[in-house]
Amino acid sequence: MSEKYNEIPMAGNIIEPGNSLKYKTGGWRAERPIHTDETCLWVKNGTCGRCWIFCPDNAVVLTEKDGKHAYAYNLEYCKGCGICANECPTQSIHMESESK
Amino acid sequence: MTVSKDRITVEGLTGDAAIAHALRQADLDVLSAYPITPQTIIVEDYQKFAADGQVKAKVIPVESEHSAMSACVGASAVGARVATASASAGLALMWEILYCAASMRMPIVFTVANRALSAPINIHNDHSDGMGMRDSGFIQLYCQSSQEAYDTTLMAFKLAEHHDVLLPVMVGIDGFIVSHNVERVEMLPDDEVSKFVGVREPVQPLDPDNPITMGPLALTDYYFEFKEQQDKAIQNVPRVYKEVEDEFEKLTGRKYGMFETYKTEDADIIIIAMSSMGGTAKVVADALRERGDKVGVIRLKMFRPFPTKDIAKAVGKAKAVAVFEKAMSFGAATHPLALEVRTALYEAEQRPMIADFVVGLGGRDVPPITFVEGVDKTKEYLKKGEAPLYETLGVRK
Repeated sequence: MSEKYNEIPMAGNIIEPGNSLKYKTGGWRAERPIHTDETCLWVKNGTCGRCWIFCPDNAVVLTEKDGKHAYAYNLEYCKGCGICANECPTQSIHMESESK
Repeated sequence: MTVSKDRITVEGLTGDAAIAHALRQADLDVLSAYPITPQTIIVEDYQKFAADGQVKAKVIPVESEHSAMSACVGASAVGARVATASASAGLALMWEILYCAASMRMPIVFTVANRALSAPINIHNDHSDGMGMRDSGFIQLYCQSSQEAYDTTLMAFKLAEHHDVLLPVMVGIDGFIVSHNVERVEMLPDDEVSKFVGVREPVQPLDPDNPITMGPLALTDYYFEFKEQQDKAIQNVPRVYKEVEDEFEKLTGRKYGMFETYKTEDADIIIIAMSSMGGTAKVVADALRERGDKVGVIRLKMFRPFPTKDIAKAVGKAKAVAVFEKAMSFGAATHPLALEVRTALYEAEQRPMIADFVVGLGGRDVPPITFVEGVDKTKEYLKKGEAPLYETLGVRK
């Protein structure tokens, strides 16, 4: 962000497709999602995934290896909107203030 | 070598028709417009050329001027040579996209038959529309005759599309006074125009094989830098304009400059006016010189960018400047042209007195006597040693 006016493309044009990945929106977050494996249906049997479907930033990371299901967040992009917590049918996600 | 006379077509043309011919010869790819008086003939004539197969351009009729300018931006983004035309309320409806066109650096040529803004609704000439858009980032060139309208429209493409500029250009003619008045116009042969305007070389076009994003979000971190780019670009205009005009002069023998001076060198009082008022002012200057008053005229053509230093130099040691202008900036210290002129002369060694006369709103005639009245008032103000910031002339009060 230190470039001068003559070091950036004309008129705000984005000449590198997909470079929004470089824009780490995690810094916007006021609250972070806290996830509990015990009650999560994905961790339990690889079902549900509502948080993954609804996350607007692809920040919910669901993985499966050798029949074991793991749950994580990509906090570089999670804006802390809380949609995942709202959608979770088993109340396995709650939001906690970043200032804590 | 100028083009030989036997290759020049001479026709009696209105200002609008002259512009339509220039657009025909400029080899447009796209023209998108919505009809509005007194610009209508430009697009009407161009549509005829298109219907008769004389031009290859895609003509896009749209449902509003907002869409017309939007279509122009889209077409220009893929690298097309683009033009449109409008006036008054139509220009006002383009407002949002005028700023987009300039900020996205789209070299669109926008021909305007300058007309008063509503309300009350009025179809006649003043400069409210052009002055209203003066901060949009467009280059603004105001023409005095049909010939100048033709010439300027051709030059506008070269100026707009130059890689040191890449900005849209407004080419203005006075509604009805020039737009509908038939004058002798010399037209270049098509092949000479083709050679002169060339083919547009887009710098960063939209291309599916090399995808880019245009007009994205830029907030506190980058927006200002893009405005800096835009400011630098418009500062390049006087230099590029001169290059373009020099080339045009070689073809035609004609040139106009950023402004035209008439008997200014020894003048005590200099009239500054734009567009068709320039001709009247020159006649008045001659008549007043017979009476013994040393009057000169500056007829300004390029309002944006404003030729600040050159105007100061041209005014020189004149005792007073009498600005005659056809627009009001309601509540401003003075009105658009005088604001610029006052700023240009602020640093002058001998700062002249400046009088500002708002005339001709809504097409009110500006006959020679109005100029004489203004010059006489300016003489009085010189005697008194002070002038009002502005006043209206030719209105019942």
